[in-house]
Amino acid sequence: MEYRLGSRHSGQGSQINRAHSPLVALVVPWASIVLASLFPLLPLIASMPISPPMGFMMLLAWRLVRPGLLPIWAGFPLGLIDDLFSGQPFGCAILVWSLTLIALDVIETRFPWRGFLQDWLVASAAIASYILVCAFIAGSWNIGLPTILAPQLVLSILFYPLIGRLVAFLDRLRLRRFRTIG
Amino acid sequence: MAPPKSRNPGYSRKAQFSLFTGYVAAGLGALVGGLVLIVALVNPGAFSGTRGLASDVARPIGEIGAEGRVGAQGLFGAIAGYFEAGSKNARLKEENEIARVRLAEAQAVKAENARLKALLGLQEDEVKPVTVARLIGSTSASTRRFAFLSVGRAQGVHPGMPVRSPHGLVGRVLEAGTHSARVLLLTDSESLVPVRRAQDDVVAFAEGRADGTLRLRLVNLGINPMKRGDVFVTSGAGGLYRPGIAVAIVDKVTRDGGIARVLSDPAATDFVVVDPIWQPKAREIVNGPREPLAE
Repeated sequence: MEYRLGSRHSGQGSQINRAHSPLVALVVPWASIVLASLFPLLPLIASMPISPPMGFMMLLAWRLVRPGLLPIWAGFPLGLIDDLFSGQPFGCAILVWSLTLIALDVIETRFPWRGFLQDWLVASAAIASYILVCAFIAGSWNIGLPTILAPQLVLSILFYPLIGRLVAFLDRLRLRRFRTIG
Repeated sequence: MAPPKSRNPGYSRKAQFSLFTGYVAAGLGALVGGLVLIVALVNPGAFSGTRGLASDVARPIGEIGAEGRVGAQGLFGAIAGYFEAGSKNARLKEENEIARVRLAEAQAVKAENARLKALLGLQEDEVKPVTVARLIGSTSASTRRFAFLSVGRAQGVHPGMPVRSPHGLVGRVLEAGTHSARVLLLTDSESLVPVRRAQDDVVAFAEGRADGTLRLRLVNLGINPMKRGDVFVTSGAGGLYRPGIAVAIVDKVTRDGGIARVLSDPAATDFVVVDPIWQPKAREIVNGPREPLAE
């Protein structure tokens, strides 16, 4: 592909008078996770937990689709922002997101060569444990938990590949070349 | 997919150190998070200022969304009405529902009047709402049930104030920022509202179950007098909510009470009314000066 297009083109389009923007390349992953964390402000008002934990899934997708891009300490600042809006006790996302990133690093060391199915499996396990741990921390442990959490759990796991697609699209946007002069 | 190369920094001292620092920072982040979480669990109001500030900043996003939600619901409602039996049917259904709630409330008021007449000379004033506002979002991914409100301290909203819609009680204000507030919905597992049956004096507690229903627990145990379809209203005990606001309708009768549906579904609520705390003096005496109203 690269060869046929010639040296003037790359996967991100023509190269003449065009260059990557360092600002966009830096901001897009962080900004997209913060925006996903603002999901509770969307007009969906539910009387039971139904929507997937968007901020967490966005973090997972960036970590799994583009390993090595987010620093391993990213869980602290991003979790802090998520805690402001998620309704969980403050500090819940800081703790769990940091631990998740460390755990994903360990998993990556164990299974360095990965494919879509393995990523989905890892993401499903992470999402399921995240939802359960969050429910435990929020103190909703005794009230018919399976019936409350099952719809959210299934929806989140089925939703993950879409988020992965979205992240792949954002990644292409991140490395887009913009017209430069001189 | 091949593994990334960042794991193996080679012989570069700088790269080795920055990798190591990253792991230390991640560990420290988790540790700090754990400590903050413990503080937040011990003292739930500890970070309300920070949260208030954040929701103040993000409020415009929610406002736009709320307008969209109302518009979209109108559209969906019209389409649904067309497919069912014309839009008239949908409207009449809703009117009927409101009328049923109103009837139950009227019965409650009647009972209340009879009781008040017994206590001669006791006059009750009409409650004037603090403000009218929109619900601009909710924590739809968490098992804790909060909603965000588009008004705050600048409009006179303070923690503890009841929030209601035309259909009935929605919840109470838990934290208030300058231009936004956080509402504890009735269905939250920490929400507890003293209620009584609309037509007589069967008193109970309505406890949130986080799945959209309430558990009604009778105060006087014995033979369970509840029936399916009974409407429960606030009893005024505790001094927070004024008596006679519709809360829930019994769906299933259990051994010691019942499972009830909330009458004011927050998803279908456009505007809500923030009421003042019914008996602030009584609240203060009951709680003591130290204890805040939130939680």
